[in-house]
Amino acid sequence: MSEQFEPVIIGFTCNWCSYRAADMAGMGRIKYAPNVRLIRLMCSGRLDPTFVIKAFAGGADGVLVSGCHPGDCHYIEQNYKAMRRFYLLKKLLTQMGIEPDRLKLLWASAAEGQIFADEVTRFTEEVRALGPLHWNPTAALEAELNIHKPAEVVA
Amino acid sequence: MEKERIGVYICHCGSNIAGTVDVAEVSRWAGEALKDRGVVVSRDYKFMCSSLGQELIQKDIKEQGLTRVVVAACSPHLHEQTFRNACKEGGLNPYLCELVSIREQCSWIHPDKAVGTEKAKAIVSGGVEKVIWDEPLEPLRVPINPVTLVVGGGIAGIQAALEVANAGYPVIMVEREPSIGGHMAQFDKTFPTLDCSACILTPRMVEVGSHPNVKLFSYAEVTNVSGYVGNFQVTIKQKARSVNTDLCTGCGICQEKCPKKVIDPVFEAGLGYRKAVYTPFPQAVPKYPVIDRENCTYFIKGTCRACEKFCPTGAIDFTQEDKFFTFDVGQIILATGWDLFDARRIPQYGYGRLANVFTSLEFERLSNAAGPTGGKIVLRDGVTVPKSVAIIHCVGSRDKNYNPYCSAICCMQSLKFAHLVHERTGAEVYNFYIDMRTPAKGYEEFYQRLLEEGTHFIRGKVAEITDAARYPGEEGKLIVQAENTLFGKQMRVPVDMVILSAALEPRHDYKEVARLFGISCSEEGWLIERHPKLDPVATMTEGIYIAGCAQGPKDIPASVAQGAAAAARVVGKIQQKEITMEPIRASIDQDKCSGCRICNNLCPFNAISFIEDRMVSEVNPALCQGCGTCVAACPAGAISGTVFSDQAILAQLDGLLLNNVKAIDLTPA
Repeated sequence: MSEQFEPVIIGFTCNWCSYRAADMAGMGRIKYAPNVRLIRLMCSGRLDPTFVIKAFAGGADGVLVSGCHPGDCHYIEQNYKAMRRFYLLKKLLTQMGIEPDRLKLLWASAAEGQIFADEVTRFTEEVRALGPLHWNPTAALEAELNIHKPAEVVA
Repeated sequence: MEKERIGVYICHCGSNIAGTVDVAEVSRWAGEALKDRGVVVSRDYKFMCSSLGQELIQKDIKEQGLTRVVVAACSPHLHEQTFRNACKEGGLNPYLCELVSIREQCSWIHPDKAVGTEKAKAIVSGGVEKVIWDEPLEPLRVPINPVTLVVGGGIAGIQAALEVANAGYPVIMVEREPSIGGHMAQFDKTFPTLDCSACILTPRMVEVGSHPNVKLFSYAEVTNVSGYVGNFQVTIKQKARSVNTDLCTGCGICQEKCPKKVIDPVFEAGLGYRKAVYTPFPQAVPKYPVIDRENCTYFIKGTCRACEKFCPTGAIDFTQEDKFFTFDVGQIILATGWDLFDARRIPQYGYGRLANVFTSLEFERLSNAAGPTGGKIVLRDGVTVPKSVAIIHCVGSRDKNYNPYCSAICCMQSLKFAHLVHERTGAEVYNFYIDMRTPAKGYEEFYQRLLEEGTHFIRGKVAEITDAARYPGEEGKLIVQAENTLFGKQMRVPVDMVILSAALEPRHDYKEVARLFGISCSEEGWLIERHPKLDPVATMTEGIYIAGCAQGPKDIPASVAQGAAAAARVVGKIQQKEITMEPIRASIDQDKCSGCRICNNLCPFNAISFIEDRMVSEVNPALCQGCGTCVAACPAGAISGTVFSDQAILAQLDGLLLNNVKAIDLTPA
């Protein structure tokens, strides 16, 4: 029997709501998938799209972006900016040949430990179903260049 | 760059971490696998946060010349400050210390030790990579405005305001209703001592109203809050009273002469009447009445003006408009209180349909000597004295369908009701309870007293209250149907009156309040404290404190204690004269800035301004809150953020993915 594929998921959380939701899940001893590894940002608005691309390039199979609920942002409205970047990233990932479902956005308030835990488990299953990513942007770029190289030059 | 000397410390947290993470293995691994990354010391210890654990770090800083410290323990929200201080004491800049969570995010959520250990390694690795990029920083210091805003004039807010004012600092109190006093002013007696609620509350109200350090806004609301700890700007909307408070003496003639009577849904809980011009109760503070414009005949029909005619000082002013005031305040205490559960939501209890089913607040007014019946406990008809009364506990509390939590006060309140009914009417009293909860000083003794007084206690949740008689003796009565779970028998108890001890719920507008002040609330809607045990009055937002039932259901002594505690925190801060803030700020490298101005509109705090003559943008560090949105958005990479810089985050990412040690064999020894 082959071993079950365990995806590696990087989670970006904000300091105020979603990281605290993760804390809350821990304090409640709620069991969930161990696949997510969190990076704490001050705000989901801090999420540079580069971080997500770098995560995939570095070997992550999925990326979770999590912040305060719309309207509840500690910095008034910066999570809306994260949301915009999320939709942009979804498009970008598709163009880069990565399944957009490998990126998930989750709003979780400081009280929603259970929701955070459930969603991480669900997302882990979704990424598991997609399989390992093995995305190597450099190799992909080279392959792309090769395809478009004029035939005579190759020869 | 000279290589950093990093110390890694893995905490056992007793068995909290060590139970599901092989801490010795993580420590060994960090010492070997991350050696090339600069780790020179790696230890595990039973309790890192203990003084011995902290001394361990300090000793290593001195003896091993550590330049960076990584502690893998609980959440940074719990002990980041502890370990930063430990490093500071040891002679290392506190911001060169990283606390990574392997408890809340690892050991507590993964039962499998092998999995937990591997994840802990990745988390430690991420912390090590990040700490390399940390910079030595100094906390920011800003002066603190000594003025404190207290929102809510119930007993918790009153206590908080008095403590701060008596310490010699100015207080602005905002109360939504025409008078301060809150729910406590509605009560007749307080448990377990049965002293008169008004007798102990009104002197406090008067003290607030006349205190030279307190500026009281009643019939007012906070409409806007901006700024940050020490320097908030708040806008207060003073609703039009239609009474000139400079001229009004509070004589009460207007109320006497006003011909319009309306049901008072707030103070009298819908059980009594008030006039269209009114103070909620005679001892109101401030003493000035307000005109309820929705019900005033003049505002409806344009005629009447009886109050104006009879006012001896000419204080009635129909033309008044809502006024807005803006104040600078340093800190804010929220004591916004609670709302009563709407008992109509449980249709089988018949409230609103069966006349003689009362809510707890209605009964408080009924039994109050200053209430609509002058303290006579009678049925809805206003004359009949009940011969038997049922009191139902946990109405809307401890019920998955409504509120899962315990409202904390209902048991004692119900015992108080039972005593009052018994004492004043001699009626038979039946208390239907799920569990009897009397966990404070003198409470259990009060319960014992009630048991001796002859109150019937029936353990069981009431299924239904009905007026459909089925057996002889039930005609014209309310029948309480319940299972006595101690006997395991169904029973029907015919009574004349039913009192529902309804749940305490968060204020209906808790969401707006949380949003306005930038704090979070729990799933139910109670405002969340910074730490459930160690910091029950502060919130996650610096400078904003919570007291009383806004934080969760509690009785009067607990509300008073919390109000005083919040005040102590506020006064402590004021006396420091300035506050230290996390130096998490953005800054713009003016050589790199292209002047595109993309960042200008992203900042919700208007901290970024554009300098026209140099064509570059600049961050005002006093306004910047450190969210980092501009850092992420700058196309030129000209903006950098301290503590969470691009390099630090990308390095942590690399560490978490274990790309820093990919070449090394990861299998445990």
